[in-house]
Amino acid sequence: MGNKYLIFLGCAIPYRVSSFEISSRKVLAKLGVELVEMPEFNCCGLPLDPVSHETMLILAAKNLALAEQQGLNILTLCPGCAGTLKKVNKILKQDKALKEQINSHLKEAGLEFKGTIETKHLLQLLKEDVGLEKIKASVIKPLTDLKVAEHNGCHILRPKEIIGFDDPEDPQTLKALIEATGATCLDYIDETECCGAPSVGVSDKVALALARDKLNHVKQVDAQALITICPFCHIMYDTNELRIEKMFNETYGIPILHYPQLLGLAMGLTPEELAFNELRVNASKILKQLTQGANKQ
Amino acid sequence: MTEAAATPTQSKDQPIKASELDPKFKYELVKMHGSEKILKCFQCGTCTSDCPVARYSDTYRPRTLIHMAQLGLKDRVLNSDTLWLCAACFTCTDRCPQDVEVASVIRVFRNLAAEKGCFPQVFKDQAASLLESGYAYKIPELRIKKRESQGLPPLPKGNPENVRKTLKGVKFIEKIQKPAGEQQSGQ
Repeated sequence: MGNKYLIFLGCAIPYRVSSFEISSRKVLAKLGVELVEMPEFNCCGLPLDPVSHETMLILAAKNLALAEQQGLNILTLCPGCAGTLKKVNKILKQDKALKEQINSHLKEAGLEFKGTIETKHLLQLLKEDVGLEKIKASVIKPLTDLKVAEHNGCHILRPKEIIGFDDPEDPQTLKALIEATGATCLDYIDETECCGAPSVGVSDKVALALARDKLNHVKQVDAQALITICPFCHIMYDTNELRIEKMFNETYGIPILHYPQLLGLAMGLTPEELAFNELRVNASKILKQLTQGANKQ
Repeated sequence: MTEAAATPTQSKDQPIKASELDPKFKYELVKMHGSEKILKCFQCGTCTSDCPVARYSDTYRPRTLIHMAQLGLKDRVLNSDTLWLCAACFTCTDRCPQDVEVASVIRVFRNLAAEKGCFPQVFKDQAASLLESGYAYKIPELRIKKRESQGLPPLPKGNPENVRKTLKGVKFIEKIQKPAGEQQSGQ
């Protein structure tokens, strides 16, 4: 299947985080990854799993069946979608009776799940298919003086049995990809902790307290930006940073960048091309620093 | 934190009566996809001590919920508000020494609560959007139109008609599709 993928956007990215999609597409094009658009896709199923596991299974299997018709693997930008599609693919391939039950639903729309394709998240694709060497070679403006922190989030790593491409207790992939841009990736306490986003709407108090503690730890190590790879984590920090500052009387001013935005800058793409204007927390301070650094060289 | 606060939906003035125990509940759970291994839980508390939500919530305790289910306190578990605080981060699942798949057990509790009509409004909104558009969030027209000016390809069709067809016969979906008045409302 080569370097050609069906892109699965899910709901959250087109709804609220287009900067992630824009920057990912730009960076992938530079790396020679071909994206094929699907005429039809629907919600991966994850948002409904808490109330109906069966609904989740059917929705995920429907998406997988649609992709199977194209004979291409799926690339997702959302770790929630990636985890769900991976999990359902695995479960249905193992459990014949469940597969038959789900297929009886898909039949109503003329579809059938066979289990012939795989799903990868952007991070896994960059690690396994593109490779660190090729990414390093694409860097023309190394971000040498920039010090950032990473936030992996949960669904990109857990459950390990399903995701499996990195160690959830001591993840290395995002760190290595950040350092490939020339930037320094700082360690901090609670690096692998949840952002809190799934609790928004049920208890904002718990969700924002979780996010606040992580922002405090990121601030303590003097990180100039926090790098995310999940639309929900990004919303949690970028959209809510001001709210958290007000609520807890804190000051952060830490811009939250999607990893492809960081890589894109190192590839020589402009902040405009990478949709920096869509970020809520202003990133002009680090952009200015990078421009000044480049002029000195 | 006091002991009372650490026990969800149960306080000192609510003693457990033998009549509210459902001794068969745990065997029902063993047969359900996701909670097959609930009886392997020996109450070590790794799930609760490693749970990021439990650190900030006075009530959400996965170990306690599993213990209550093992004891047969079905109604207390399913009516518990705190059930819905789980962030599904899967830390408990990955660290459980007994391989109980704690996050999946919590998901089974939530599914059973939802079947009774006990679930937060946000899920009803998402399900409604799904049936109407194929997406869990209602993506505004303006956003869809803006894609072109941002140099993005059109959004794939959600094909809600096919979504509804494939979800025919699913209990939860049928429940929320009932006209107002007939359905039990969410919390």
